[in-house]
Amino acid sequence: MARVTIVDYKAGNLASVARALEHLGHHAEITDEPLQLCRAERIILPGVGAAGATMENLNRLGLSEALRNEIVAGKPFLGICIGIQVLLDYSDEDATECLGIIRGRVLRYPSSVDGRFLKVPQIGWNRVHQLSSHPLFQGVPDNTHFYFVNAYYPLPADPAVTIGTSEYGLRFTAALARDNVVATQFHLEKSGAPGLKLLDNFCRWQPARC
Amino acid sequence: MLAKRIIPCLDVRNGQVTKGVRFLDNLEVGDPVAMARFYYEQGADEIVFYDITASNERRGIMLEVVRAVAREIFIPFSVGGGLRTLEDMRAVLLAGAEKVSIDSGAVRNPELITQGARAFGSQCVVLSMQVKRRSPSAQFPSGYEVMIDGGRIATGRDALQWALEGERLGAGELCINSIDRDGTKLGYDLEITRRISESVSIPVIASGGAGAPEHLYQAFTAGAADAALIASIVHYGEYPIPGLKRYLMERNIEMRLDQLTG
Repeated sequence: MARVTIVDYKAGNLASVARALEHLGHHAEITDEPLQLCRAERIILPGVGAAGATMENLNRLGLSEALRNEIVAGKPFLGICIGIQVLLDYSDEDATECLGIIRGRVLRYPSSVDGRFLKVPQIGWNRVHQLSSHPLFQGVPDNTHFYFVNAYYPLPADPAVTIGTSEYGLRFTAALARDNVVATQFHLEKSGAPGLKLLDNFCRWQPARC
Repeated sequence: MLAKRIIPCLDVRNGQVTKGVRFLDNLEVGDPVAMARFYYEQGADEIVFYDITASNERRGIMLEVVRAVAREIFIPFSVGGGLRTLEDMRAVLLAGAEKVSIDSGAVRNPELITQGARAFGSQCVVLSMQVKRRSPSAQFPSGYEVMIDGGRIATGRDALQWALEGERLGAGELCINSIDRDGTKLGYDLEITRRISESVSIPVIASGGAGAPEHLYQAFTAGAADAALIASIVHYGEYPIPGLKRYLMERNIEMRLDQLTG
């Protein structure tokens, strides 16, 4: 059983991530206190919300700095949906300065591709192509569908951090990893059995100390 | 490429699942939590609960159902029926639903769509519309009228105009429910579904009339729908979800298969 601390930034669907963790037999606690992040064993920053409001709340609550510190300290960290996007330097959504933990920026999906109209946001199940055998994917077949709800996607400056891609108008980073950080564009907690498997993999993951 | 979604719809009255035929004479067919778990395991892409008596009865029973469902299924599910205020929406989302579906409440108070989108994000707000075929006219250029209160009351609004206004006000998805087809098993109303889907940039869910696998195929092709609501076609075990998905995949419709549970 892992003890997981979920960051409460006053917007996301925190309870559904907590329920999924509890279903898997892990212990979840939800906090908006920077000090609690110091004591955390592993941290999840869950999703749903706009970049501007998310960063505003993280900054106001002192959570941005706490997250940077704990990530540098080597704690296993999982970002989900908006939680992957705010890891980068900058998001075009609300022209937002983000955490800058992963170099790169966040862009809006194109509204059309080759003259064909594309519905934005992307809402639904999309295939994730695995680029590496990261422990997060253990036991999950390549090209499994996961549930996405996004109007924006992350574009890391270093392509080597991308561990999974999907296609929606273009090929984009659906999952990334670097050292003790992993993050997904899709909602693990709403992606059925494969999503739960990834969440469980994160809870068991012991990243090499960096 | 996104998979097309298959969404079982459970009509709930007094905490029990029913399936209405043309919204009248409902029969009880089961426990909503057990049915949600069953469809989750069968590979449903999403589940919708429709609280058909919420307008005039206590909502507490439904919130208990939502809490119980949220502990057992890990795919998106939405709740609709009688939601009239931001607080109604908040209660359902806090109980564990991913989305709320607003219908008559949004027609009476369109601002509700915007309030919900601002408070919870557009992705949480599904605008469900009951539509009825009319002769095309200046009042109903699309040839369909918006109805409310279980199809009992006509609004005088054109269906396509309302869909466009709903999108502009902040709805994240549209569910087009055909009053004429609901419960008939004659297939979805492809005409209005396609008209709306091609006119908006948000996902459109076809609803009302599914009675055979080819109706889903039609919804995803001729109807240009992103998702299809199903009810009696699965509730009585006639066409289980895995078989429906296989049928559609054989016809080159992108479907999600849960590869861990089969």
